[in-house]
Amino acid sequence: MAAPIGQPRVRLPAQIKAGEVIEIRTLISHIMETGQRRNQEGQIIPRDIIKSFTCTFEGQPVFSMDLHPAISANPYIAFPFKAERAGNLEMVWTNDAGEQRKLTQAVRLAE
Amino acid sequence: GAHGPARGQTRPTQADLLRFDAVGQVTLVHVTDLHAQLVPMYFREATTNVGVGEARGVVPHLTGRALLDHYRIPVGSPMAHALAYVDFDRLARAYGPMGGLDRIVTLIKAIRAERPGNTLVLDGGDTLQGSWTALQTKGGDMVEALKALTADATTGHWEFTYGADRVKELVAAMSCAFLAGNVQDTEWNEDVFDHTKMFERGGVKVAVIGQAFPYTPIANPRWMIPDWAFGIKEDKLRERVQAARDDGAQLVVLLSHNGFDVDRKLAGRVEGIDVILTAHTHDALPEALRVGNTLLVASGCHGKFISRLDLRVEDGRVVGHRHALIPVFADAITPDAETTALVQRLRAPYAADLARVVGHTETTLWRRGNLNGTMDDVILAALMEGQDAEIALSPAFRWGYALLANSDITAEDVWAHTAMTYPAVWRQRMTGAQIKTILEDVADNLYNPDPYYQQGGDMVRVGGIGWTLDVAAPAGRRISDLTLLRTGRPIEATREYTVAGWASVAEGVQGPPVWEVLMAHLAKGPVRPVPHEHLRLRGA
Amino acid sequence: LVGLSLLPKPAAAQMEPATAAAIRKIIGERTPEEGRVQLRLPPIAENGNTVPLTVTVESPMTAADHVKAVHVFADKNPTPDVATFRFSPAMGRAQADTRIRLGQTQDVIAVAEMSDGKLYISRAEVKVTIGGCGG
Ligand SMILES: [Mn+2]
Ligand SMILES: [Mn+2]
Repeated sequence: MAAPIGQPRVRLPAQIKAGEVIEIRTLISHIMETGQRRNQEGQIIPRDIIKSFTCTFEGQPVFSMDLHPAISANPYIAFPFKAERAGNLEMVWTNDAGEQRKLTQAVRLAE
Repeated sequence: GAHGPARGQTRPTQADLLRFDAVGQVTLVHVTDLHAQLVPMYFREATTNVGVGEARGVVPHLTGRALLDHYRIPVGSPMAHALAYVDFDRLARAYGPMGGLDRIVTLIKAIRAERPGNTLVLDGGDTLQGSWTALQTKGGDMVEALKALTADATTGHWEFTYGADRVKELVAAMSCAFLAGNVQDTEWNEDVFDHTKMFERGGVKVAVIGQAFPYTPIANPRWMIPDWAFGIKEDKLRERVQAARDDGAQLVVLLSHNGFDVDRKLAGRVEGIDVILTAHTHDALPEALRVGNTLLVASGCHGKFISRLDLRVEDGRVVGHRHALIPVFADAITPDAETTALVQRLRAPYAADLARVVGHTETTLWRRGNLNGTMDDVILAALMEGQDAEIALSPAFRWGYALLANSDITAEDVWAHTAMTYPAVWRQRMTGAQIKTILEDVADNLYNPDPYYQQGGDMVRVGGIGWTLDVAAPAGRRISDLTLLRTGRPIEATREYTVAGWASVAEGVQGPPVWEVLMAHLAKGPVRPVPHEHLRLRGA
Repeated sequence: LVGLSLLPKPAAAQMEPATAAAIRKIIGERTPEEGRVQLRLPPIAENGNTVPLTVTVESPMTAADHVKAVHVFADKNPTPDVATFRFSPAMGRAQADTRIRLGQTQDVIAVAEMSDGKLYISRAEVKVTIGGCGG
């Protein structure tokens, strides 16, 4: 059974101006089991990680990431985004078992 | 050096110490690394202060005669005694003790009176830790001391060893700003403290940016501040400097606890900082050091010195300055009565404990320098004896004042070298290979040629072992010829040895506080001089 | 360390064979140049389980000229692969931040692939220490 995936969280600046390059910051709770540790009986604990993250804006790719076991538990991922117009960011986290967590974040522009 | 022997030392007067021809619109007063020292004391400067890489053979890595010659300070003069260990005991008795909160306040009040509206008093951190009274009040007594100093801002290092919750309480209680631009939370990477405070002095907008000790979670227990991340963070600092300039700052001051060599490197890499007030490495420099357009000031520790830096600012640039490192000769300065009363009030609940005589020393005891001081040797002997260990390791803290030869040792003196929040003594078996690994690791934190890879401490104090340290060798190859002194035989990589130590940064270490072990050792008889030639230093 | 001539010096200097192989798996026989990609890591890790990492690449990030991907490797971890970031012009700036695990003192290596097929490489050393002591 795969380790639980927590509720993803995202932070954007409070005020966004059209054309501004903002920073999108994300966090998701996950153990990121490396597959290199052993349990008390000496058996390898199977690898179980968030292996990919993608972010699209109105269906267009923005940023994605392949994660390996060297990414820390509770992966933190941040990246810039040029906010040309209002719309929705869609973010998807996927674990080794193919389970996904999705989050939709509206981008609203200040007047 | 053309300096003759000292004779007929003249004690300075308060007027001598304060003499200064004011310059420009802004007067900065810097006091740092007080380590909770409220009353006058003796402080012996280092015998050995090895600089590596670009810092080799330059200030602040000059000691003794070499330092005095460099600045042309006559041997035997008050400033020579304050800055160098040369003839320490005799001159200490001639010039008397140094520091004391009430003396420092007298000097600061006089400067503020001379320069009202121009003066900023900035404290460099390591203020709230280092004494029994500070430990008992978890830094609370020193928050009152900061108020008495009329500090306008401070930053932190040992402050963090009171734990995150207590730090927040202390900061909330402070009468001044606590600035630490390089501390962010480990979750969202957001600022934990204010990074900048704007002041106006003499019509000049002054931005003070705070930089806490970057390696606090490595040098001290990370478990006490688990949700905070530190680091040098040059990029963040560049943003802060730019933001301050955009906000109209004509003078940008970094109130830093980076350590001197880190600040020297940083000054050459981050544009737009006019003054760095350095701290942590406890260096005192009689002149400001210029790196590019940045002035570096180093003001010692334990209240032994304060620095005054006057600045003329035109069009957002420093166009003139004058600097003085003021040695706080306690006997020369009329104590500020209000502050004397405050110090008495702060110490009163512990007065009987502090004054208790716990031993006697026939030799000067001190702990300052890259390698073992005599106080370190006493602590190491206490650890080996008290824990029945073949080898002892003692952390290389730079705090703790000196005791003159042939004087009683009080409990307060012991605590001045040991009062901290993780004092447990440990004892464990370690292989020779493990011991070498520890020594190599600490040596690289000190002698890595790149200051950003240094922690700005001193070499871990080692008892029971003879060894060679080559500071010029690469990482992993600095330590050699390890010998167990008990037997005179080489340390074997695979053999296990019994090792005692204290101040582990690991959580949950059980053991008696080191001051109990030290007091038990001192009770057995007076401290006598021990020649320690167990360490051979190379490459310095 | 045989067969590392595809990597320029000093990038090839003292790289583990597993790291060189992992890099070659992604870039084939092409040779990266030094520069343009920058790695920001603390010189000394506070916690080897979570070391903050930032990669930035000098690029206008236009449709015609942008960064396609940055691959990150940890030379002395049990497996050298750390992450691949895939970029697009919609980002406006070429940067990514994450937190990584480093088991010991080592170099972290970044290889950037540009839209014109050019490759850039850089490395940064992170010290993982037992800590203690201080002034
Ligand atoms: Mn410090
Ligand atoms: Mn200090």
